[in-house]
Amino acid sequence: MTSAPQPVAEGSVRLHENNKEIESIQLLIEGSLSQFGYPDAAMFAIRLSLEEAMMNGFRHGNLADPSKFVEVRWRIDSNSANFHVIDEGEGFDPEAVPDPTLDENLEIPSGRGLMLIRAYMSDARYHDPGNHLEMTFRKVAK
Amino acid sequence: MSTETSRIRVTDLSGVLRVEFVDKDILDEAAIRQISTELVKRVEAAASPRMLISFRGVEHLSSAALGTLITINSLTKKRGGQLRLSDIKPSIMEVFTITKLNKLFQIFETSQKALEGFGGK
Repeated sequence: MTSAPQPVAEGSVRLHENNKEIESIQLLIEGSLSQFGYPDAAMFAIRLSLEEAMMNGFRHGNLADPSKFVEVRWRIDSNSANFHVIDEGEGFDPEAVPDPTLDENLEIPSGRGLMLIRAYMSDARYHDPGNHLEMTFRKVAK
Repeated sequence: MSTETSRIRVTDLSGVLRVEFVDKDILDEAAIRQISTELVKRVEAAASPRMLISFRGVEHLSSAALGTLITINSLTKKRGGQLRLSDIKPSIMEVFTITKLNKLFQIFETSQKALEGFGGK
């Protein structure tokens, strides 16, 4: 017996650092998540993680060069939401980012984006050379 | 006295500056920079600044916004003052807990509780 293919929402976009463009992608993705029954907490987690990932790409990857873009790809179904966020930078070693939760680092105002992504998503990893973040949120078991 | 800027509302409550946000999402870097500039100006204008930042109505907060809060907290302390935070909804409180910034900031459930013992009314 063959089962009907699972519906899926997928897409990709190349963004410059423009708030309206970023907001419209967030809304589009939020619409798909809602369609697949993701709860509010999941939408909060994904929105924050995407925001942090894009900002890291624009700031640390593209070094705020307005001519460079960040590519976002997504694939959402009723079980999981998978994202790729790719910048035009040279990449970095995510293990070299100091732990911002250590007492001695608590007052450093930056460096929390990646840890929030890791906390909120089920899985987050950088592909070599470190300019390509892939992250997944699994609806059932985080 | 209440002063409206484009991103925050600041009210002077007998020497305590209560700050509220106009936007429900504090994510956009340009807006965060604007908020930061305004808050720094406010803190630097007071001898020993007492500031209460209320998050009533705020739905989303990025790490860049946390960075601004850390900067303001350090600056108020340096100037012999104090920063308190209040009205943080549970989903945003989780962001503070994950980053362990709940250990750094003085966080109160409501503005009213934060104002107790803070010299304001």
